[in-house]
Amino acid sequence: MWIKQWKRSNFVSHFTEVMRKVYAGAGSMITSLGFTIDENIEHIKTGQTGLKITDDPSLWNKPFPASLIDSGKIKEAFSHISGASEGPFTRLEQMHLVSIQEVLEKSNIDPRDGKTLLILSTTKGNIDLLDPSYPNDFAKDRLYLWKEAAIINDYFHIPNRPLVISNACISGVVGIIVGARLIRSGRYDHIIISGGDILTEFVVSGFMSFQSLSSQPCKPFDADRDGLSLGEGVGTLILSAFHDRLEMEDKIVITGGSSSNDANHISGPSRTGEGLYIAIKNAIQETGLSPQDIDYISAHGTATDYNDEMEAKAIVRAGLQEIPLNSLKGYIGHTLGAAGTIESIVALESMRRNELYKTAGFREHGVSGDIKVINKFEKRNVNRCLKAASGFGGCNAAVVFEKAKVES
Amino acid sequence: MTNAITTYCNIKDWLIKIDGQTDFSSDEKEFRKFIRAAYRNYKTGYPKFFKMDNLSKLGFLTADILIKRSGIADTYAGEEIGIILSNSSSSLDTDEKHQETINDKDNYFPSPSMFVYTLPNIMAGEISIRHKIKGENAVFIFERFNPEFLYSYITELMAGNKLKCCLGGWVDYYQDHYESFLFLVEQTETVKRGKKAGEYIIFAPKNLEKLFKG
Repeated sequence: MWIKQWKRSNFVSHFTEVMRKVYAGAGSMITSLGFTIDENIEHIKTGQTGLKITDDPSLWNKPFPASLIDSGKIKEAFSHISGASEGPFTRLEQMHLVSIQEVLEKSNIDPRDGKTLLILSTTKGNIDLLDPSYPNDFAKDRLYLWKEAAIINDYFHIPNRPLVISNACISGVVGIIVGARLIRSGRYDHIIISGGDILTEFVVSGFMSFQSLSSQPCKPFDADRDGLSLGEGVGTLILSAFHDRLEMEDKIVITGGSSSNDANHISGPSRTGEGLYIAIKNAIQETGLSPQDIDYISAHGTATDYNDEMEAKAIVRAGLQEIPLNSLKGYIGHTLGAAGTIESIVALESMRRNELYKTAGFREHGVSGDIKVINKFEKRNVNRCLKAASGFGGCNAAVVFEKAKVES
Repeated sequence: MTNAITTYCNIKDWLIKIDGQTDFSSDEKEFRKFIRAAYRNYKTGYPKFFKMDNLSKLGFLTADILIKRSGIADTYAGEEIGIILSNSSSSLDTDEKHQETINDKDNYFPSPSMFVYTLPNIMAGEISIRHKIKGENAVFIFERFNPEFLYSYITELMAGNKLKCCLGGWVDYYQDHYESFLFLVEQTETVKRGKKAGEYIIFAPKNLEKLFKG
C-alpha cells in the first residue's frame, strides 16, 4: 500500500534540493582477505573465502572457522605509516590508524580543518586488554571506547571530539546514517567513519555459549545453514558535503537511512521481520524512490536460522523480493561493529565496478519467500544499493546509496 | 519547529528525582538492593527486570518511570518514539563479569544470559520491548555527558519528522558507581495543547546540562 506513496512527490524533490548532499568518498578495509580494497574485491570476485578452520587454544579449545587477520601483517602495515616514537597503540588501534590514513591519503581533506568529525563504530573496542593472560602495558582506561576513539582522533590531530557508536552489529551502518545526518544538518563538512572489532576469546566464548557458531564456514540464506562464522576487521569510509574534495571520479550519494527496534527480544530477531521492515521502509521513503528502483541489496545474512529467515520476510514485505541480494559473511565472517562499514565499502565497489558478487556458502535456497540470492558473479549496472543490518537488542538499520544523476 | 522536555528523571546518590523533586530515597547503599527497593516502590511489575544486568536495570527503571507517568506509549505509535542513550562505561561492568567466566580453564562457564549484556544497547532493547517502542535508536559513548550532541542529534531526528517523541539521556553503571538522567522530548506544538506553560522546559543544551546535575 505504501509503495504508491513512495513516488517522488513535489514535496520530496523540493526538500532534497534545499538539503546538502552527502557524497561517499574513498573507503579502506582490512580483513583476512587483504589490506587493500583491490585485494579484498579480487578474492570476493573469485569466490575465495577468508574463513579458515582455526586451531588456536587462546580463542577456543576446539578448531572452528574464523576470519582472522595476521598480527604480523598489521604490525608491518602500521610500521609504514608511523614513526617509532609514536604510540604504543593496541592491535585494533593500529588497524584503525592504517585504514584511516589510507582514506585520508586518497582524499583532499585535512582532518585538522575543524570541519571534520571522526565516528568510531565498535561493539567491544580494545576488549583484548581485559584478558589477564594477555601481557600488555596499556593503562586500564584504554578499555573505554571513548578513550580508544580519543587516541585515534589525537593521532590525526582532529580538533573535534570524536563520536563513538556502540550499537551491537548495526554500529557500522548507524555510523554511516549518523554521519550523513550530521553533514546534512551543516554541523560538519566531512565525516570519517571507522568501524572495527577484533576476534577474541571474549567474543568467541560468548557466541559459543549461545550455540550460534557453525562448525563449518557459514552458509547465508542456505537450506543447510546452521550458524554464523566470526571475523575481525576494520572498514573506514569518508563522507563529504563537497564532492570535489573526495577526489573520486564517480558520484555516489547517501539518500536515505533509518534505524528501528523490533521491541520483541534482546537476543533473538523478530519472527516477522517487522523491525527491519520499518528501517528499510523508512530509508527508502526518505530517498523518494520506489522499492523497484533499488538494484542491489547488501544483506546482513549472518547464516543463523532466525536471522536469515527474519531478513527474508522483511525484504519480501518491503517489496524487494525481486532485487538481487548477497551476504558477505561467507568471505569475511561476521565482523560485528565493523560489518556495516566493511560491507558498505564492498557495496560501493559493486556500484563503482558494476559487478555483483555471489554469496559464498550459499547453494540451495533456504528461507521463506522468493528472494533473489546472488549465486554467481555478474556484470550489470548497479546504480542504487540498500545496505541492511540487524543486531542483538532487536536493533535494525538500513541505508541507501545512489549514483548521483549527471547535473546540468 | 521547537521541542520541549516534558518530564525527566535522575537516579543517583541513592535518590530518585522526578522533574527535579525527590520522589524516592532508600537506606540501601548497595546498588542491587537499592534498585530492587525502587522497583517495588514504583510497582514496576516486570519480572524480566531481575534477569537484567545492573546497567539495564538502571536504564530500564528510569525509562519505565517516565514512560508510565507520561503515557507516551499510548499517545504515540511505536515507530514515532525514538531512544537515544549515552554513557561513559559502555557495558564494561558486565564485560568484566563475562571475562571472569572464561579466565580459568578448569572453571569455564560463559553464559548467553550474561554475554548478551556485554552490549550497551541492550538497555535500549529492554526499554523497547517493555513499551513497544520501535523508532530510531542508538547508543553513543562519551567521556562525559554531552548535552550539545544529544540536543542537536535529537533535534535533527524530530525535525525530519522521523520522530514525534524521543527518550534521551545518560545511563552509566560501573562497579557500583551509577548515574542516570533520562528525559522525554516532544514537539512543543503538541505539548501546548495538553499542558500549560511552565509545565515543560525548552529543549536546549543549557537546560539539559542543568537538569543533568539534578
